[in-house]
Amino acid sequence: MSTARHNLISAPGVETHQVEAVNDATQRKLYKKREQIYPKLVHGKFRFAKWVFMLLALGAYYFIPFLRWDRGASAPDQAVLIDFEGRRFYFFFIEIWPQEIYYVSGLLIIAALALFLVSALFGRVWCGYACPQTVWTDLFIAVERIFEGDRNKRIKLDRAKWSFNKAWRKTGKHAVWLLIAGATGGAWILYFHDAYDTLSHFFTGGSPMSAYLFFGVLTFTTYTLAGTMREQVCTYMCPWPRIQAAMTDRDALNVAYRVDRGEPRGPHKKGESWDGRGDCIDCKACVVACPMGIDIRNGSQLECIQCALCIDACDDIMKKVDRPTGLISYDTDINIDRRQAGLAPVYKFLRPRVLVYAVSLAIAGSIMLFGLTTRASLDVNVTRDRNPNFVTLSDGSVRNGYTLKIINRTHDDLEYTVEIDGPDGLEWRILGQEATRGLTVDVPAERTQDFRLFLTVPRDTITTSNESVVFTVSPQGSDETRTAETVFLSGGPR
Amino acid sequence: MSEKHIDEETGTETTGHEWDGIRELDNPLPRWWLWIFYASIAWSVVYWVLMPAWPAPPGMQGHTTGVVGNSERVNVANDLNALQASRADFFTRLEAADGYGAIESDPALFRFALAAGESTFGNFCSTCHGAGAQGFVGYPNLNDDVWLWGGSFEDIRHTLVVGIRSDHPETRFSQMPAYGADGLLSREEIRHVRDYVLSLSGETGFDAAALDAGGAVFANQCATCHGDNGMGDQSQGAPNLTDAVWLYGSSPEEIENTIWRGPYGVMPAWEGRLNDPTITALATYVYSLGGGEAAAEAEGAAGE
Ligand code: SF4
Ligand code: SF4
Repeated sequence: MSTARHNLISAPGVETHQVEAVNDATQRKLYKKREQIYPKLVHGKFRFAKWVFMLLALGAYYFIPFLRWDRGASAPDQAVLIDFEGRRFYFFFIEIWPQEIYYVSGLLIIAALALFLVSALFGRVWCGYACPQTVWTDLFIAVERIFEGDRNKRIKLDRAKWSFNKAWRKTGKHAVWLLIAGATGGAWILYFHDAYDTLSHFFTGGSPMSAYLFFGVLTFTTYTLAGTMREQVCTYMCPWPRIQAAMTDRDALNVAYRVDRGEPRGPHKKGESWDGRGDCIDCKACVVACPMGIDIRNGSQLECIQCALCIDACDDIMKKVDRPTGLISYDTDINIDRRQAGLAPVYKFLRPRVLVYAVSLAIAGSIMLFGLTTRASLDVNVTRDRNPNFVTLSDGSVRNGYTLKIINRTHDDLEYTVEIDGPDGLEWRILGQEATRGLTVDVPAERTQDFRLFLTVPRDTITTSNESVVFTVSPQGSDETRTAETVFLSGGPR
Repeated sequence: MSEKHIDEETGTETTGHEWDGIRELDNPLPRWWLWIFYASIAWSVVYWVLMPAWPAPPGMQGHTTGVVGNSERVNVANDLNALQASRADFFTRLEAADGYGAIESDPALFRFALAAGESTFGNFCSTCHGAGAQGFVGYPNLNDDVWLWGGSFEDIRHTLVVGIRSDHPETRFSQMPAYGADGLLSREEIRHVRDYVLSLSGETGFDAAALDAGGAVFANQCATCHGDNGMGDQSQGAPNLTDAVWLYGSSPEEIENTIWRGPYGVMPAWEGRLNDPTITALATYVYSLGGGEAAAEAEGAAGE
């Protein structure tokens, strides 16, 4: 039966596929087993873009841990490092301490806003090109093609009885998948410890248990998610499509079948006129190309990850049948409607939504940049003893205890001058260090150091039960100062 | 049994039960789930062999021991030993340290002593002296600079070792007579000496007319321990009555009551309950609370 239809198609090399979309919403039963999807390899500009993006993404992922960034002798020189033991997060020139976790929030907010912005402009581009699930699945499918051939061959191989040929192809595929998965899990742990050290210790069993654990978990998840689960992750597991749907609107560019041009569809014989019919020759090249197993001609669907492979597939067909390309194309919902109504398409990129996202992104970015460039290298905290709140000494004077915490974020050991401004007659000393007013303390590079201080006020100068005390700390030879304000409690004059 | 019923939509048999027209599909358990279930059973058998699992007669320790020979009791003991070993170095250094100065000048050791001392304090001392060593009525505040038995590092350490009025043979001991309760002084005499004591420390609320009589009682009864001018004597734990700190309260009633009943505070001896370096750490912590006296000052007794 297929041969009969074949003849109807107008150009050499055009093949009609006898398929139903696997994830066709109109056909979908309430209870259905998963049907394997065999995406066919396409060629074209989007496929090329995806190869390039895949190379960049994988390259970045595997290569970044090996980048170095000189921070001086006291800090690690890995450009991107999440150092849990040292409780630091290094990201090129950014260095985040536990107290500054808001920078991480800042980075996440910026990432989210950027995602909102591109979603508003180009729909689900993240899904199609940048999402790790997409990138690794694409890679795994490429490996699958090397071992088992393209769509038809794969289908045949899967239906065939077990033979040596089938066995080695399957084994080879899974072996390479595991290798990639292992490399993925392996590269992950390089972000948490010095990459070169980890690499040399990993294979000799010298890495910490957690490294092997994460290696195992990520190898397993990469293998199952990208190898065996694939489109099910996007369709059933990922919450993002649902969220993203709220970010795009009818003006966003999305992969779309131009119904106005394609319909009525049907086979086309060479030499026949194109008048009175649509450009779609119902070859289903777009359906077999789709890694999500859907038919884009049914309109935009939840499953679609906007990978644009159907565009490449159809453009190829259009060239062969001598029709203009772009039957499936990036387009907006509004324009599809307008075309159907016979109106000229309009592209409105500057919409309130886009502006709001762009402006928010700019604001968040500037705040972050401002915060990072003016980031203090010194932080001072004072906590007052609460138990007891104050101590009466034998001569009637009152003493309060404080813990002064100085954070030295520079890469040098520094000496700090501490000055204390408080009630009249204030005397102070620091535990383990005899001192008078204007004392100095040492804090090593990149350290937080605690000092215990006792402040004493003579009884007769006490006028209120609660007086303010200000600690001023400054590194020697610098005019940067930090102050911390607290109180001196005394129970009031007697 | 109800009749066999096939669900139209799915072609699956139902369990035959029906609730308000709703039927339950009789789907088999998912295979992956079953495999995990079987694997768990198999694993449990392996586990019985490897680990202690079954009760057994007392001759066999009361339970099967398992091939691996795992025992949480032994693990905990090992962990504790390892902990002890990791602290051993600090403990040796604490034991060898000659006084507070030596500990303080070794920052790592000082930090260790403070931490160890603070946690020991929390365990054993805070019940009476409070979590912040702030004390209560009858239980001294260890943050202030008033010490009944001396506040030098060595004195504090010794007090910890022998306790006060404890069952330790060398315990620090002194006793103030219960002047009222034992009928040694009349109520009136007690009021007089109370007013005298109030005047010594610069407190208010005393009757100036009673001072002479009170002074006489004081010279007779109290000066032996508290000194002619009420400055106290650390060698016998007699408080200084002229300072601003009162262990049993500074109001006329409270002082009167103190004289009446003669306080008898007890602190347990820690020797034998805490090891030597731990007591040193504890002393370091208490000394560091800010009220500690310099050793020389304590020796020069006369004091400023
Ligand atoms: S849209 Fe293009 S690829 Fe898809 S069936 Fe029609 S002609 Fe073929
Ligand atoms: S419909 Fe097209 S763009 Fe969407 S997932 Fe399938 S191939 Fe990709």
